[in-house]
Amino acid sequence: MTAAEGDIAGRYKEHTGKKRGYILAGLVFLFAIAVFSISTGSVEIPPVDVIRTLAGYPASDTWDRIIWSVRLPQVLTAIVAGAGLAVSGTVMQSILRNPLGSPFTLGISNAAAFGAAFSVIVLGAGNTSSRVSDAVTINNPYVTTVSAFVFAMLVAAIILVFARIRGTTPEVMVLVGVAMGSLFTAGTMFLQYFADDVQLASMVFWTFGDTARASWEELGLIAVIVGAAIVYFTLNRWKYNAIDAGDETAKGLGVNVEKVRLWGMIWSSLVTAIIVAFLGVIGFIGLVCPHMARRIIGDDHRFLIAGSIVMGSLLLLCADTAARTMIQPYQLPVAVLTAFLGAPTFIYLILRGRRI
Amino acid sequence: MILEVNGVEFRYRSKEVLRDIRFHLDRNEVLAILGPNGVGKTTLLKCMNAILKPKSGTILIEKEDVLKLEQIEIARRLGYVPQRCECARLTAFDAILLGRMPHIKWNITTEDVMLVEATIKRLDLEDLALRYIDELSGGELQKVGIARALAQNPKLLLLDEPTSSLDLRNQLDILEIVRDVVRKEDVSAIMTMHDLNLAFRYADKFLFLKNGTIFAAGSISDVTPEIIREVYGVPVTIRNYMDIAVVIPTP
Repeated sequence: MTAAEGDIAGRYKEHTGKKRGYILAGLVFLFAIAVFSISTGSVEIPPVDVIRTLAGYPASDTWDRIIWSVRLPQVLTAIVAGAGLAVSGTVMQSILRNPLGSPFTLGISNAAAFGAAFSVIVLGAGNTSSRVSDAVTINNPYVTTVSAFVFAMLVAAIILVFARIRGTTPEVMVLVGVAMGSLFTAGTMFLQYFADDVQLASMVFWTFGDTARASWEELGLIAVIVGAAIVYFTLNRWKYNAIDAGDETAKGLGVNVEKVRLWGMIWSSLVTAIIVAFLGVIGFIGLVCPHMARRIIGDDHRFLIAGSIVMGSLLLLCADTAARTMIQPYQLPVAVLTAFLGAPTFIYLILRGRRI
Repeated sequence: MILEVNGVEFRYRSKEVLRDIRFHLDRNEVLAILGPNGVGKTTLLKCMNAILKPKSGTILIEKEDVLKLEQIEIARRLGYVPQRCECARLTAFDAILLGRMPHIKWNITTEDVMLVEATIKRLDLEDLALRYIDELSGGELQKVGIARALAQNPKLLLLDEPTSSLDLRNQLDILEIVRDVVRKEDVSAIMTMHDLNLAFRYADKFLFLKNGTIFAAGSISDVTPEIIREVYGVPVTIRNYMDIAVVIPTP
């Protein structure tokens, strides 16, 4: 059977066009959900007025204030954090050649949680006070944030040092990550055992990841890091495809596999660390969203990177909106919901999937 | 002469694997690397495109030393087909397009797409083009691997046991493709093989490895039953059947 000249290329263009279509549809959907999310809450604002306010023509000052200083930053934080966690997971899964690759499987989040606990107990950053939304606040959030960030990056560094000594193989990285994860979980438990009630409450509170925690400045910082990482990952999209075909094939195609693996780990750890440090631990987005995106657009990183970004943003924003509005007047931290949603979704993917 | 290998030596940690490897290959020729399991056939193949770095020696492709080139420059000259290819959920077209990677700057051009299409037609893979490679059979996958290496536009193809774990039909198909491409295009091929009869049928030159070095080399007329007995430790006779040399182990 011979095809006409240009026929295969034509069909191929159709095939890639469809993937672009999915991503575009996802973006449109994301925008719609974002508007909906901004409009709902204890004060209902009609979607038309949301768009009007965002365009700079607010209908009322109250709405203007609610949107710009409360809801918009939270919605954008959910979008940016979801994108960052999902894209980190996607890249880790590729460079570690392991479908379980994610910031959580590698112990980076556990280390961040330990860092937060450490700051509460040892550096005395925890305190309680009564605020409208939170029962517990952290006295000096920046000490906690910096401490969480330092420990997250420490684990990334340890994994990379081991990789340097024993070779940058996926097995070494995953195993060291798992070991680090248990070590820091044990460390957190140790600290918790010696904590008083107040400190314990602060620590536990911190581990509930919450998008409402970020201010505009913090959102800006997270966005810069996530944005830079996305640019870096996009530049390397062909290399991730090559590594998916096996290390040897990739080397035969001129890819410096060790270098790509090293820098991929550094960037994705950095993204995770900054998100976890400011927002707390938000589980499952980094693991589940890449797989959901893979099922829709396949493993081609030219589309998968964008696809999982959209998927991560979408899922975290939906979860966040639900968590915020589900049991009013309480606003649940989103991490409670992502774990509830994430685990069944993941099991469903395993059962339904041809492979994960 | 397209390839000239001089005094290549390779060590794995402190263990000597290959020593004093020297041979050369002409344009439009297929070379088969033969020898028992664990003798270093695959290691030698991987040294050719510097996936493994030899401790000493030179490997000249059209007078340029491979070991002094950047990885991407090597990939523009040598196409490598490993024994087993991992399968992501990519279409065969995407997988073959990956072969253009060493030539791509930012994104694929129409030229790249046309070249991939031509390669697909060259190997009669039209029906596979838009299928996902994780759903292909072993033989189809091997063809996709060869197509990817050809899309690199290489001077030299390196194939690691291209026929292992394939059925008879696919073994013949794959080797037919390799020989056909080598005859008609500006490319040569080196493959490691276990099946002597297939090697004699499709390769032009032979390299027998024993104890980490070349025991014998040459064309089919240079291959004797003694060489095979020495290398594999099995007494054989070589018969001629319809101009094809056939090796038969003697009982």
